[in-house]
Amino acid sequence: MRLRPGERFQRVIGSPIAMYVVLGLVLVALVIAAQVKGLSGNLLFSLFVRGVLLGGTLALGAVGVTLVFAVLKMANFAHGDLMTLGAYLGLIVVALLPKGAPLAPFSFGYEFLVAFLLVVPLVGLVAFGLDRVAFRPLRARRAQPIMFAMAALGLAFGIRSLVYIFWGADFTFYYSGRARPAVELFAGVRVRPDQLFILGLAVVLIVGVYLLLERTKIGKAMRATADNPDLARVSGIDTGRVILWTWLIGGGLAAAGGMLYGLDVQLRPEMGWWLLLPLFASVILGTIGNAYGAMAGAFVIGIVWQMSSAFINPAYGHGIAFLVMVLVLLVRPEGLFGKRR
Amino acid sequence: MTPVVLAKSVLLGVPLWLFVSSLLTFKPAWLKHLVSIAAGVAVALAMVTLIPTGILSYMTTFILMASIYGVLSLGLNVQWGYTGLFNIGIAAFFAIGAFTSALVTTVKPTGFNASFTQQAFGLGLPFWVGLLAAGLMAGVLAWLIGKPTLRLRDDYLAIATIGIAELVRLVFQNERWLANGPQPLRGIPQPASCLAGNGCSWLPGFVNDFFAPLTPRDYPFVYVAIVALVLYVVYRVLERAIRSPWGRVLRAVREEEASAAMNGKDVAAFRMQSFVVGAVIMGIGGALYAHYVVAIDYGHFDPLYGTFLIWVMLMLGGSGNNRGAILGAFVVWGIWSGTSFVVDLLRPTLAAISPDLPSRGPYIRFFLISLLMLFIVLYRPMGILREEKVVSLDRDLA
Repeated sequence: MRLRPGERFQRVIGSPIAMYVVLGLVLVALVIAAQVKGLSGNLLFSLFVRGVLLGGTLALGAVGVTLVFAVLKMANFAHGDLMTLGAYLGLIVVALLPKGAPLAPFSFGYEFLVAFLLVVPLVGLVAFGLDRVAFRPLRARRAQPIMFAMAALGLAFGIRSLVYIFWGADFTFYYSGRARPAVELFAGVRVRPDQLFILGLAVVLIVGVYLLLERTKIGKAMRATADNPDLARVSGIDTGRVILWTWLIGGGLAAAGGMLYGLDVQLRPEMGWWLLLPLFASVILGTIGNAYGAMAGAFVIGIVWQMSSAFINPAYGHGIAFLVMVLVLLVRPEGLFGKRR
Repeated sequence: MTPVVLAKSVLLGVPLWLFVSSLLTFKPAWLKHLVSIAAGVAVALAMVTLIPTGILSYMTTFILMASIYGVLSLGLNVQWGYTGLFNIGIAAFFAIGAFTSALVTTVKPTGFNASFTQQAFGLGLPFWVGLLAAGLMAGVLAWLIGKPTLRLRDDYLAIATIGIAELVRLVFQNERWLANGPQPLRGIPQPASCLAGNGCSWLPGFVNDFFAPLTPRDYPFVYVAIVALVLYVVYRVLERAIRSPWGRVLRAVREEEASAAMNGKDVAAFRMQSFVVGAVIMGIGGALYAHYVVAIDYGHFDPLYGTFLIWVMLMLGGSGNNRGAILGAFVVWGIWSGTSFVVDLLRPTLAAISPDLPSRGPYIRFFLISLLMLFIVLYRPMGILREEKVVSLDRDLA
């Protein structure tokens, strides 16, 4: 097939290898820029580590977004606010339980773990309930995709308003006033023990999702539905059950992500809305509908976000995620793992 | 009939005149306008004489704010209602318009004041230049964001517009040199404020004499006339555009992209034009807002106020119907202001439930608005006014 030079150029810069090269170049550019600015390699490395930690939390949210996208073919703009909801429901449980001593070396006590175990399935059910109320009627009348997005937006602002009503607009912590000292991990990289716990738990959950998708019947059914809903239905797959599990997993992981983000940083009513951009950036980078792609994308976004803070005002962190997303849309809109159309 | 009543009635008559004339359909146009001016001023006279001053000014500011939101809602209607572009970053264009007009019309402070208000520049140009500049900047921003995203599927545009809205807000929050950072940018001039003050040098003496009884407190009466005129012009231009071949292609792109393309229409170009035109109108709406509130900061362009409310307005009023867009702005702004009364009345009850609750009143209102949004999407997606069947033949020209 003869290609015009422009098309060939497009092919080349649009190939996955080129994307990895670009990502690598971005990292090299960061290191060089650090040399020029006279930043220590140590600082850069610890930002990298922090980016990995953040990536773990983002991955939990991004998997849900991408699964819902794959199975239900809709962009769930309420996903960030499900994270917020999870974080704040966790706060209720932590506040209700009698305070125990912190589980050294971590800053949290047993209450947080109890809250985690309660809230994760609960938000999964809430997500499914919201689907029943808002999205199922739309599916039933075969509404345009945009209507789903509008409904999701309504839910997102509804959840956020509830959080504002019950907890106010200020930020808060699971354990206000408790010291959260950082320890030296190695080579001058300082992290809080909590953050290692967060990354560990995130990795466990990600492996859990992997096993669920690859090894269980429902996982197989989900992948089949994602691939071709009509074919899945005629093959006797119970679509209702697939949808139930999609929301249970998506909502549960969102709650987990929200609680862990709240433990790591702070709880704010806007946290979920602010995380929405990095989440979608991860999902688009890792190809919409691809769960593993979303995880990979989340780590890339987390690392770029943190490392960029060495050079520019950290307030622009999620702006950076947005710029990465725009770049991906320009160069390779189908993401790292997508097939060219 | 005191002079002050007369002056207020004439000003308040402007929005009423335009409202009545857009309801009437008979010809010739001069007779229609004569009738509607008479009707408008008569109703305004009745309102000014019968309604107590406090309630009257409240109603005036209500019409004023609802009209500004009407402009924003019309802008969204071009993008979503007629072309199906899913822009959930209205706040970006709203904010760009507001800040652009503010920077163009204010004068950069010097000396002592400069330490309080920093801004990149201040051109001190008149209001209408500010409006045009606001539209221009919003259009440029739309072009920049539309370029990479409009050719992709709708969800990408949606998320990209969320992103641009957040980015614009972050810039105006963090860049002190640009528009006074997190502090409000103050002293945005109010157009024709001299009319409710010492008189305008650019107006003939008898006009100034006529409006002389107005005090600066009556300024909303002046501005409501200006905003209503802008809203009317935007409305008329859009009605004309939507009945033109251009408008027909937009709707074709919305309904059946493939067949529009098959008929030789450059779909991407039309989507871009619609996106830019809508953004220009939003920018103008932002400028109108800035000149009313006088001091603006990034907090005014929060996604709740800056985007979500406008979506609810358009969805409720009726997407794809310019009258619906304006009606929705008035209805939703009415609900929004009305619930504020209800929440105020419920203050003691709320305080009894929890001492924190009364101060969180606005969020209760937002919760109601999001329920309204869900209700519209689920039960009445076409809104109050359905999309009209439009033919490209303009009724006025026929």
